[in-house]
Amino acid sequence: MTVHVLTIALGASFAFAALVALYRVIVGPTILDRMVASDVFVTTLMLIVGAEMVLNRHTNTIVLMVLFASTSVFATIMVAKHVRRRGDFRSPDKEEPRV
Amino acid sequence: MFDFVLEILPFVLLVGGAALSIAAAVGLVRFSDTLTRLHAVTKPQVLGVMLVIAAIALEHRSWLVLFALLPVFMFQALTATVSAHMVGRASYRTGRIDRENLLVDELAAAVERAPETGPIPVTSTEDATSTESTDRGSENSPE
Repeated sequence: MTVHVLTIALGASFAFAALVALYRVIVGPTILDRMVASDVFVTTLMLIVGAEMVLNRHTNTIVLMVLFASTSVFATIMVAKHVRRRGDFRSPDKEEPRV
Repeated sequence: MFDFVLEILPFVLLVGGAALSIAAAVGLVRFSDTLTRLHAVTKPQVLGVMLVIAAIALEHRSWLVLFALLPVFMFQALTATVSAHMVGRASYRTGRIDRENLLVDELAAAVERAPETGPIPVTSTEDATSTESTDRGSENSPE
């Protein structure tokens, strides 16, 4: 019984975090906000996979966690690198940055 | 008693990870610009993953599982910092930061000192290293 309550509580909190991250991905004013939110989404997915392993007592999806952890960085770094080129380094307020 | 604690501890750690996740989500909604959101978000990326990894290893009570999960923590600790640094740098350079609520901008002084093109000149660093080497030399000479 307690495990069921815990499952529901964990599921609700992770779902809340993922939905909020999705909201920020949709609304976020700049693309950097969207990438930060997508990082949160991937982290939440990792935590969900790990929590599921604990609750169901198996180790089948460790590979999935390794995959998430090792590949989630590429998108963020690429986007950040791309955005940097368009900004004006000397005077950021001179013109509206196209981000 | 000890067995009971070992039974309960993984679930406590999971609840901690979930709480960190919720904290990141709330920060993502409530904070005003990319830098502050980044500050809220980078906590569960390392600490939450660490808690969940500890929960899995404690649940199975095996070193093998812990060693299998170690790459997850290593990748996460290495890449989350790098991506957070890149995002913060890009956010500062594009000027999309909340200047009204910003108290101290330590980077502005460095940007002001920088020449129009190219990186910051390294003359001051060279002076520091040269004085350091002469100091070391004077230390060594009496011996």
